[in-house]
Amino acid sequence: MTTDAPPATPGRWRPATIARIAPLTPHVRSFFLSIDPPPRFQAGQHMDVRLTAPDGYQAQRSYSIASAPGSTVELTIERLADGEVSPFFHDVAVAGDEIEVRGPIGGHFVWQPAMGGPVLLIGGGSGVVPLMSMARHHAAAAPAVPMRLLFSARTWDEVIWRDELLALDARGDGFGLTLALTRDAPRRPGDHGRRVDAAMVADLLAGWPAPPAHVFVCGANPFVGVAVDAVLAAGVPPRRVRTERYGG
Amino acid sequence: MTTRGFTGRRPGQDTAGRLPPGQYLTQDFPVLSAGPTPRVRTENWTFTLKVGPRPVAKWTWAEFGALPRTRMTRDIHCVTKWSKFDTAWEGVSIDDLLLAAGIAAPMPYTLAHSVDGYSTNVPTADLIGGKAMVALAYDGAPIEADHGGPARLLVPHLYFWKSAKWINGLQFTERDTAGFWELRGYHLYGDPFREQRYSDD
Repeated sequence: MTTDAPPATPGRWRPATIARIAPLTPHVRSFFLSIDPPPRFQAGQHMDVRLTAPDGYQAQRSYSIASAPGSTVELTIERLADGEVSPFFHDVAVAGDEIEVRGPIGGHFVWQPAMGGPVLLIGGGSGVVPLMSMARHHAAAAPAVPMRLLFSARTWDEVIWRDELLALDARGDGFGLTLALTRDAPRRPGDHGRRVDAAMVADLLAGWPAPPAHVFVCGANPFVGVAVDAVLAAGVPPRRVRTERYGG
Repeated sequence: MTTRGFTGRRPGQDTAGRLPPGQYLTQDFPVLSAGPTPRVRTENWTFTLKVGPRPVAKWTWAEFGALPRTRMTRDIHCVTKWSKFDTAWEGVSIDDLLLAAGIAAPMPYTLAHSVDGYSTNVPTADLIGGKAMVALAYDGAPIEADHGGPARLLVPHLYFWKSAKWINGLQFTERDTAGFWELRGYHLYGDPFREQRYSDD
């Protein structure tokens, strides 16, 4: 908690145009936003989104930014069957639509190259989104820093950004990828066909020359609980672990 | 600015007046915290009341549990946009805590401190007069660790990050001193009905 960025001031609500929509998996899409002027953000931050109905009713949600700092804001949104806002994005929104945004927001769950490594990222499902921003930032700005992403998804086809992550893994720089598929067989050496558990994290960290200086865990709360317990059981001090959780 | 094609899911008549702007009602109890959930052992837990840097009262878990109990059923509102209605808490009101310490509220501001180093600032006036408590039970049972157990602050009329989890002390201060999230862009006061989410609201 000593390397936090300066306080974020999210500013006022402002219009954003959906410039492009990219389907990533059956339930996950990215929305690339054109915002004037483009906001400066850090890897791991999120934006608030506001939608307004014809009668003035408004709904707000927070969505993590998946893109690397310095590039177009990419909000990656999973469609929740019982959701109010995510079905709008998936079923209604088209390129050219205007929404309102605020941000970037969040000064704790962020990674900057100056913080160094080794960095362990653990994401479950769409919890990988802010971690993807960190992985992309790492590739662009600090590829030598040791960073590994342990990414849990149900199946091989639900691995968001699978091709991009495999390409990052193949670069041979400081980045590495380990997949934990909960309802699928592992396809690559070193990947797993089970949920994240303490043994998996212990094995992963056993190969490291130094324990992680920073651990970022994001996902549904039960996932984060299990992953954090595994990290602490491996001997990582709690103060090195940052979490972002969603759901009940 | 109307969003093309958005109709939304309005809260019912019964909830409309109770739901602050920008919030949605949930039946769940989501968990939000910046780091690992501390496993606090009650035999090691103490609660310290400080006036500035000076400790003026300290309780062990057993001593704290012997203080008078208060029940509050309140709506709670998280800055991440969810609200939950009619949450039932039991604990020690800040009024009773001051009474047990034999002091009156000495300074205009308070910092709540937690075992994991978290802190948050609240005006003292928002803690007294029956407005807040150190909660020990939720819904009739000890508070789960994920939700801040064994003891958390409850200041239900402010955004819920003010209700510090894993609390182990209150420190009265002369000046309003930003806590963990307040240093990271969140509002110093945090009134949900005035939508004071961020520092520039």
